[in-house]
Amino acid sequence: MAVCVAVIAKENYPLYIRSTPMENELKFHYMVHTSLDVVDEKISAMGKALVDQRELYLGLLYPTEDYKVYGYVTNSKVKFVMVVDSSNTALRDNEIRSMFRKLHNSYTDVMCNPFYNPGDRIQSRAFDNMVTSMMIQVC
Amino acid sequence: MDASEEPLPPVVYTMENKPIVTCAGEQNLFTSIYPTLSQQLPREPMEWRRSYGRAPKMIHLESNFVQFKEELLPKEGNKALLTFPFLHIYWTECCDTEVYKATVKDDLTKWQNVLKAHSSVDWLIVVVENDAKKKNKTNILPRTSIVDKIRNDFCNKQSDRCVVLSDPLKDSARTQESWNAFLTKLRTLLLMSFTKNLGKFEDDMRTLREKRTEPGWSFCDYFMVQEELAFVFEMLQQFEDALVQYDELDALFSQYVVNFGAGDGANWLTFFCQPVKSWNGLVLRKPIDMEKRELIQRREATLLDLRSYLFSRQCTLLLFLQRPWEVAQRALELLHSCVQELRLLEVSVPLGALDCWVFLSCLEVLQRIEGCCDRAQIDSNIAHTVGLWSYATEKLKSLGYLCGLVSENGPNSEDLNRTVDLLAGLGAERPETANTAQSPYKKLKEALSSVEAFEKHYLDLSHTTIEMYTSIGRIRSARFIGKDLAEFYMRKRSPQKAESYLQGALKNYLAEGWALPVTHTRKQLAECQKHLGQVENYLQTSSLLASDHHLSQEERTYFCQEILSFAGWPADSPGTKVVLPMHSFAQLQDLHFDPPNAVVHVGGTLSLEMTVYSQMPVPVHVDQIAVNVHFSIEKNSYRKTAEWLTKHKTPNGIIHFPTEGSPLPASQKSLPALELSEMFERSPSDNSLNTTGIICRNVHMLLRRQESASSLEAPVGVALEDGAHVLRCSSVTLEPGANRVAFRTQAKEPGTYTLRQLCASVGPVWFVLPHIYPIIQYDVYSQEPQLHVEPLADSLLAGIPQKVKFTVTTGHYTVKNGDSLQLSNVEAMLVLCQGENRAVIYSNSREESYTSVFRIQSSDKVTSIGLPATPAYHVIEFELEVLSLPLAPASSGESDTLGTPEIPRRQKDRQKREPCMVTTDHKVSIDCPWSIYSTVIALTFNVPFRTTHSLLSAGTRKYVQVCVQNLSELDFQLAKSNLVDTRGSADLQLTPLNVPSPQHIHSKQSVFFIWELKWMQEPPPALHCQFSVGFSPASEERLSISLKPYIYEFQVESFFTLYNVKAEVLPPAGAEYCRTGSLCSLEVSITRLTDLLEVDKDEALTGSDEYFCTKLMYEVVDNSSNWAVCGKSCGVISMPVSAQATHRVHMEVMPLFAGYLPLPDVRLFKYLPHHSAHSSQLDADSWIENDSLSVDKHPDDQLDCSSVRSRGSVHSATSGEHKGLPMPRLQALPTGQVFNSSIGTQVLVIPSQDDHVLEVSVT
Repeated sequence: MAVCVAVIAKENYPLYIRSTPMENELKFHYMVHTSLDVVDEKISAMGKALVDQRELYLGLLYPTEDYKVYGYVTNSKVKFVMVVDSSNTALRDNEIRSMFRKLHNSYTDVMCNPFYNPGDRIQSRAFDNMVTSMMIQVC
Repeated sequence: MDASEEPLPPVVYTMENKPIVTCAGEQNLFTSIYPTLSQQLPREPMEWRRSYGRAPKMIHLESNFVQFKEELLPKEGNKALLTFPFLHIYWTECCDTEVYKATVKDDLTKWQNVLKAHSSVDWLIVVVENDAKKKNKTNILPRTSIVDKIRNDFCNKQSDRCVVLSDPLKDSARTQESWNAFLTKLRTLLLMSFTKNLGKFEDDMRTLREKRTEPGWSFCDYFMVQEELAFVFEMLQQFEDALVQYDELDALFSQYVVNFGAGDGANWLTFFCQPVKSWNGLVLRKPIDMEKRELIQRREATLLDLRSYLFSRQCTLLLFLQRPWEVAQRALELLHSCVQELRLLEVSVPLGALDCWVFLSCLEVLQRIEGCCDRAQIDSNIAHTVGLWSYATEKLKSLGYLCGLVSENGPNSEDLNRTVDLLAGLGAERPETANTAQSPYKKLKEALSSVEAFEKHYLDLSHTTIEMYTSIGRIRSARFIGKDLAEFYMRKRSPQKAESYLQGALKNYLAEGWALPVTHTRKQLAECQKHLGQVENYLQTSSLLASDHHLSQEERTYFCQEILSFAGWPADSPGTKVVLPMHSFAQLQDLHFDPPNAVVHVGGTLSLEMTVYSQMPVPVHVDQIAVNVHFSIEKNSYRKTAEWLTKHKTPNGIIHFPTEGSPLPASQKSLPALELSEMFERSPSDNSLNTTGIICRNVHMLLRRQESASSLEAPVGVALEDGAHVLRCSSVTLEPGANRVAFRTQAKEPGTYTLRQLCASVGPVWFVLPHIYPIIQYDVYSQEPQLHVEPLADSLLAGIPQKVKFTVTTGHYTVKNGDSLQLSNVEAMLVLCQGENRAVIYSNSREESYTSVFRIQSSDKVTSIGLPATPAYHVIEFELEVLSLPLAPASSGESDTLGTPEIPRRQKDRQKREPCMVTTDHKVSIDCPWSIYSTVIALTFNVPFRTTHSLLSAGTRKYVQVCVQNLSELDFQLAKSNLVDTRGSADLQLTPLNVPSPQHIHSKQSVFFIWELKWMQEPPPALHCQFSVGFSPASEERLSISLKPYIYEFQVESFFTLYNVKAEVLPPAGAEYCRTGSLCSLEVSITRLTDLLEVDKDEALTGSDEYFCTKLMYEVVDNSSNWAVCGKSCGVISMPVSAQATHRVHMEVMPLFAGYLPLPDVRLFKYLPHHSAHSSQLDADSWIENDSLSVDKHPDDQLDCSSVRSRGSVHSATSGEHKGLPMPRLQALPTGQVFNSSIGTQVLVIPSQDDHVLEVSVT
C-alpha cells in the first residue's frame, strides 16, 4: 500500500499530505514536491490532447530506488500523488488506478462539503480515514 | 565454396550469421551463379506469414550458401538453430540423359537419402540449362525430358521441388524471367522452411518452459534455448521479435525473483544469490558479451551478470530499432529493479558496491547512447536521460560520503580501506574501453582516488544535472539537486557557495507553499548564514524559525535565544540597529481607539490599545514598542468638523487586521479580497448622473507582481521611518500569544495622523512592521467657535411665532458665565422670549449631554441671550421663537385687477402651476463673545397668504371682491375682515356683505370677501382700499401674544359705469323665431349714463363748451361661431357726452345653429386720434377712405352695410398701415365703465326646414 499520499492544489501547494512512517515525512515532502515537475510535464504534454479523451491517471511519475511515485490529476488540475514502496511488487497499475479513483471520490466528497473552502487544507476526518486505509499500517 | 562475407553496413551492426543453405551437385556451376544469386535474393521482400496469429511481415531474405556436408545436418536432439541448414539445394547442369543416368541420378539419390536419414524435407533441385551446350549437342533429348526424369525420380508429388534456371548468365528476357521464377521459388521455400522449423523450435521451447516447475529445471539452460530463437530472429533482422524473446526472459526471471520474495523459491535461483564480488557495471559496447554468456551457460552467472547480459542484448536490439531513449528509460528501471532484487533475494553486497555498479552502469548507458546519437538529438531528449544523470550523481554522492571524501579532514584509514575494497571489486578495466579517456571505469576510479578529484567529478555531474533539469523546466528537481550540492558545500566549509542554492530552493518552496521543506531549508540556511556571519540575515532567519510551528519547541527556543543573546550583547557601536521584519516576531491582531471614532480635539487625550500576537516560543522583553505616525494637515477643512468625523468612523473603534503568515503560499495569501465600492459621477451643471460604475479600491494590492509579493525571505531593506510623531510604550514583556499594548497620546496639532510603522526593539534588534494595513488614522481637530441659526421647520411663516434653532459650537473657545449673544433687533421681526429657556449642551463627540437654563434680556435695540458656561469643544443648542410681522405685498397703483404677486425669480417652471408664497428676508446681526465681528444671519419668512381683488358691477352698482388664498400647509382662522378707503372720502360707503364670525381657511384653500360700494355724489375716479384681516393658526388654542392682522392694499380706478350696451336679436319680420340660415336683425343700443366726468377727459373727447362728443368704436364679435355677421361688423360712432345719449346700430346676423344661442359680443373701444399734429378730422377721413367706406359725420349713415362681410372680422385698420399713414388708436374701455345689460341673454333659434340646402356665401 501507499507510504505517502498527497493532494496538491492547482497552484502546487499541498492541500493534504500524509506519509508513513513519520520520521521520513520531510523526505516524502521533498519527493512529492519534486515529482510535480513530471506532473507538470505530463499535463502540458496532455494539454494538446482532446479534453474528453484525457486520462486522469498520469501513471508512474518517476521511480527511485526505494519508491515509486504515481500521479493523477483531476480536471480542475488538482493533483494526487502517491508514493509506493518499490519492494511492494504486488501493486500493479490497476490497483494504483483504483486507489486513485478512491482518492478522487473522497476528495470530491470533501469538496462537496459546504463548510469546506476550496483551496484550504483538507482536514476532513473521512478523507483522513480513507487515506489511512490506503497506507501501510505502521506496526 | 563458402561465399565471401558481404561488407557490414557502417552504422547498424549486423550479425554475421545468415540462414544456412547447403549446396550439393555441381559446385562449379553454383560458383558461377552464386554472385548473381546472392545479389538477387535479398532484392525483393517476401511476405512471411506466421503461425499463432502473429502479424505477417515483409522480409528480405539473405542466405549463407555452404557446400553440403552430412555433418551440417543436425543430429537428433540438437537444438541449435543458428547452424541449422534451412534448405538444401542440388545444382545440376546435366542435359544429357546418358550422363544423368550415369552419374547425376546416383548422386541425387545419395543426397536424398542423406536428407531423408535426417528427416529433412526442405530441399530443391535446380536444373540449369545452357543454350550454348544445347547447340553443340544436337542429338540431345528435349530438355524437358531431363527435368521430367528428375521429377519422376525424385519429386514424388512434389513437382515444385525441381526448378529450371535457363541461361542464368545471359542478359535476355528469358533469362530474367527464369531467374524471377527461381528466386520466388527459392524465397518461398526458404520461408516455408523457416516457418516449419522455427515453429517446431518454439514448440520445443514451450515444452521446455512448461517443465520449469520440475526439479532440476535450469533457467540458464532455458535461457540459452530461447536466446537461440532470438538469435535467429536477429539473423533474419527481425529485431522486434528478437527483443520479445529477451523481454520474455526478463519477465520470467523477474517473476521468479518476486515469487522468491513471496517464499516460493526455485532451486536454480540460489545460483544467483551468490554474494556479489564484482560490480563492474554494464557492458554495452559489444553486441554479445560472450564472457557473460559463457558464465550463464556454465550456470555460474550472478544476478548482476545475468541482468547485465540481458540488458546488453536488449540495448543492442533497441539501438538496431533506433530507440535509444527507450534504452535510457529501461536502464533506469533495470538499475532500480536490480537494487531491489538484490535486496529481495538477500544477496550479500559489500557496502558501496551497488553504488559503484549503478554509477558505472549509468555512465555506460549514457555514453552508449551518446555514441549513436548526434548532439541535437541528445539535447532534445534530455528528459529521457536526465534521470540517469541524476541517479549517477546521487550514487557518486553516497560513495563520496561513504568513502569519507566529503568530510573536512578527508578520508580516514577505515574510509581508505573501504575505498580499496570497492576499487578491487571493479576488477580491471575492460579492453574495449581501455583506450577511452572518459570511460566510466576511469571516472569512478579517479573520483574515488582523492578528495579533490571527487569534488571535481561530483560538481561536474551535479552541475550537468542541474543544467539539464533547468533546461527542460524541471526546476523543482534542479532545486533538489542544488540542495544536495549546498549540503556538500556546507560540509566542505564553503557556505558562501551553498547560500545561493539554499536561497533558490527556499524561494521555490515558499512560492509554492511547502511548509516542511521551507522549514528544513531555512534551518540549513540559518546555519549557512551563521557561518557567513550575515548577522542581519541570520537573525531574520532565526526569527522566522523561532516562529515556525513545524519545529520542535526546543529548536524554536534555540533560535529565539540566538536572537535574544545577540540583542543582549553590548553593541559594538551605539546606534547600530538590526532591522528585521515584524511578521515573524509578532503580528498585529487588532487595534482599539478611545474615543472610538478616533477623533480628538486639540488637547484631548487619545488612547490606543493594540493586540500583538507574539510568535516567539518564550516571553520576550521588549525595550520599547513604538508606532510611527505620519502627520498631515488636512486640506479639506470640512473633514475636520467634528460632526463629519463622528459620522465617518467605525462605530466601535476596533480595527481588525487580516491574519497573515498562513501556511498557504504567497500567491494565495497575498491576494486580498476585492474592495469594491460603487462610484457615481454627476454632471457639475445640473447634478444629473453621468456615469456610474464600481471601482476596486485595492488594485495596487491585487495587480502587483507576484514575485515581489513573495519576497518574504529577501533581505528587504525595511526602511525605518523617522517620524516626529511616535507613540511609545516602553519596557513590555511579550508573552507567547496575544498581548495587549496600550498607548496614550495628547493631541497637539490639528490634522490627520496615520499609523505607519510598528517597531519593537530588543536591544539593537528592531522588529519593524513597515506598513500598517489597512490604513489606520486618527484625527485631531481644532475648531473655530461657530454659530448656526436655522429654522426648525422647513420654512418660516410670517405673522405667527416660529421656532429657530441656535447651535453654538464652542470649538476652542470656552464660554464663560456672562458671555452672551447680542441680537440687534429688526423692526419687522420680534424675538419672543417668555418662560424659561433651556439649552442642551453636549460634547463634540455627542457622548455626554446636559441641559442648562439661560436668560434672555430684551431691550429696544438689542436682545441679549446669556449663554450658559460651557467648556471648549462642546455644542450648545437652544431654540427661540421669532415672529415676523406680516407685510402685504405692496399693491401697485395700477388697476391690476388680478393683483398677482410677483413671482420670485428662483422659482422654476414646475412651481409655476402652484402659486408660491411671497417671502420676506430679515437680516439679524448677532454679536458673539468670541469675535469682534458681527455675524449676520438672514432668515426668510414666507407670507402664508396670497390676496387678489376684483371689481364687480351690476348696472351702476359696484362691488369689491377680495380673495384670500392660503398657500401654507397650516390651517388658519380668519377674523375681523375689514376694508377701508384709505382716502377716507365721506360720501363713499363700503358695506360688507360678509359673515362677521371667524372663518377657517384650510391649507391650499381660498376665502372670498365682498363689499358694496356706495357713494352719494359723483364717484371718485379712483379708490384706494386697504383690506385687513386678523389671522391665527387654527390649531393653537391661545397665543401668548396678539398677532398683527394681515393687510392688503389695492386701488380701484374708473369703476363708474359710463355706457350701457344693450343688444337684441329680432327674428325676421313676420317670423316668430329666428331660423338658422335666415337673416335676423341685431339691434345694438349704446347709452351714455352720465354727463361729462373726470374720466372722460382724454384725447377722444372733442367739442365745445356745451357739447362734448367722444368717439367710440363698436365691434360685434362672435367668437363661438354661432352667428354670421352680415355687412359691417364694426363702426366708429360719435357719442355725445351727456346722460341718456343713445346710439343705435342695426345690423344683420344669421344664426348658424339651432337652439338657444348666446348673443354675439358687442365690444366698445375708445377711438383715439393719432398723436400727430394733423387734425383728427383728416385722420379719420383718411382712415375711412382707406377703408373704402363712406363715412359720414352722422352716425346713422354708418350703418348702411349692403353686402355681407366676413363675420367677426377685425376692423381692417391694418390695411392703412401699409401706406405709412398716421393711424388712429383704439383703447379698450375699462371694464367698470361699460355695462353690458344683455350679457348672458340667449335667443331661441329653430332649425330651418331644409337646412340641408343651407348655403352661405362668405366673401
